[in-house]
Amino acid sequence: MGPRTPLLARIDLKGWIFLGALAAACLIVPLLNLGLPEGSALHLPTYLVSLFGKYLAFALLALALDLVWGYCGILSLGHGAFFGLGGYAMGMYLMRQIGPRGVYGDPVLPDFMVFLNYKELPWYWLGFDHFGFAAVMVLLVPGLLAFVFGWLAFRSRVTGVYLSIITQAMTYALMLAFFRNDMGLGGNNGLTDFKDILGVPVQAQGVRVGLFVATALALGLSYLIARFMTVSAYGKILVAVRDAESRTRFLGYRPEHFKTLAFVVSAMMAGVAGALYVPQVGIINPSEFAPTNSIEAVIWVAVGGRGTLVGAALGAVLVNYAKSLLTGALPDAWLFALGALFVLVTLFMPKGIVGTAIERFGSRRAAARLPPEPDLAPKLAEEGRG
Amino acid sequence: MSDADLLTPPAAVAGGGPATERKLTRALLYLDDVQVTFDGYRALRGLSLTLGRGEMRAIIGPNGAGKTTMMDVITGKTRPDVGIAVFDGVHDLTRLDEPTIADLGIGRKFQKPTVFESHTVADNIVLALKGPRAALASLFGWRNRVPPDRVDELLTTVGLLAHRERPAADLSHGQKQWLEIGMLLAQDPKLLLVDEPVAGMTDAETEATATLLRGIARDHAVVVVEHDMHFVRALACRVTCLHEGAVLAEGSIDAVSADPRVVEVYLGR
Repeated sequence: MGPRTPLLARIDLKGWIFLGALAAACLIVPLLNLGLPEGSALHLPTYLVSLFGKYLAFALLALALDLVWGYCGILSLGHGAFFGLGGYAMGMYLMRQIGPRGVYGDPVLPDFMVFLNYKELPWYWLGFDHFGFAAVMVLLVPGLLAFVFGWLAFRSRVTGVYLSIITQAMTYALMLAFFRNDMGLGGNNGLTDFKDILGVPVQAQGVRVGLFVATALALGLSYLIARFMTVSAYGKILVAVRDAESRTRFLGYRPEHFKTLAFVVSAMMAGVAGALYVPQVGIINPSEFAPTNSIEAVIWVAVGGRGTLVGAALGAVLVNYAKSLLTGALPDAWLFALGALFVLVTLFMPKGIVGTAIERFGSRRAAARLPPEPDLAPKLAEEGRG
Repeated sequence: MSDADLLTPPAAVAGGGPATERKLTRALLYLDDVQVTFDGYRALRGLSLTLGRGEMRAIIGPNGAGKTTMMDVITGKTRPDVGIAVFDGVHDLTRLDEPTIADLGIGRKFQKPTVFESHTVADNIVLALKGPRAALASLFGWRNRVPPDRVDELLTTVGLLAHRERPAADLSHGQKQWLEIGMLLAQDPKLLLVDEPVAGMTDAETEATATLLRGIARDHAVVVVEHDMHFVRALACRVTCLHEGAVLAEGSIDAVSADPRVVEVYLGR
């Protein structure tokens, strides 16, 4: 670890490639969409810009999951809950921006509330007409849930498969809650028909490009935060907790604090991912909380390579690209393909794409670095006497 | 130190001890009538033991004598059903959890060497170093800026300097044992609990480890649990023999190994 290292020096080769690719996407995508006329062969249609933006939002969710799974061994099967909560916070803001333009024309109440005979806005909708407030909620609500859930679970030393099961139960419970009309969040239809974001129409071409760039920036920034955390002493203790939790206690560490912090940061990142996802797909509904969504995110991370951050993002983009292709061609085959992918990766590439690449690439260099193995015992005895 | 020194009655201490800390005992570690039962199996049946400051003690005993359970009680992993466990005269170990006890200055080396395998040898030492251990402190704090010399010094003591940058997983069994001892030294505890440090070592390595532990015992209290009698003899310290969860005999190695009861539990059956 040595003396103070600036953040930039802590980014490795794969990190630079990743950040470079994101920067390139931020330049090329707007250029191909806004810079070229629609008739041009190289023109990128706006719907594809939003599709890529969706991939990047998923990449951010995968990055968040990798922070806790890859570095801390918390296999969360409920990260979709944090993604969904962030999405709902953004959705509530977008609903309030509709104003009197709804079908029923009520100046304050969203359509579904008029339909359900609400007389006034429920208290938890207050403030969501301000973007700043909604943005804070995007971080705060998932963060708070993760803090309470994590603190209780980690303090009680719930680990492994039991922890995975209760994370799954958490997202399932939220799904059931959000399906209820009484929840005041649109029931099973969720929130949709968005009009404006920050005063500009959310469907406009320029706004779509802006959302894509914002997602890419959020992903890059989250990568830098996660990278800073994982290469610091904190990150090393996190890995130590993953590999030998009880040992860290006998050194005087409190693993529950380390895990809770990682879990909260990860949940906030997932919340941001959800918030960026919603305006790009135009809807948020309770199916985002479905356990299968969270499990899918785990597969992205496994495919890309857990414990690499970059791999998680790559896995999310690749698997979702494959999903787009396959659901277009053979809609029924997707779930089988996904299941097969998970089995194959687990069996033949347990370190994922990036993990395997590092192993192939880095092993020769690592072998060259190894020192010769001297016979230590006599030396040790000598030093002990001295 | 004689037993009379270690076990000053509390009443006497109340009058004569320092005004701020009324120490129950002058012993560094004081166990009295500790009993632990697991699912009806009585692992410790009234274990009593005192350890002076800076003392080195070897604990021997057949399998199931309660050696590891005793360490679990001292480090807060297991709560005794009955009994007193006091550290440094004031800290009731039966009410504290593992990190708190580690913070008080009790370090432990496990029977099966437990190092952080995916970290380098140097990082293992850095994570063990004495100092603030809060999550936020580790994110931004001093542990990110540990001077390399400090790590090198400790690695030299345990003879692993040449392996500084290797992943701990690549070390041999004996080297892992030493790394764990190095981590204990980095923790700089008042009391070191060392469980079977020479299991799986060659004779030369065993000899080196005995020398190392004797060096450590110059300025730390050390409790060593070990089966290897040659090793215990090389430690040249007071020996306690446990049997069925209680102390069977205590004294010099010659006295203990000549004790007919000790001979019987080791060889009789």
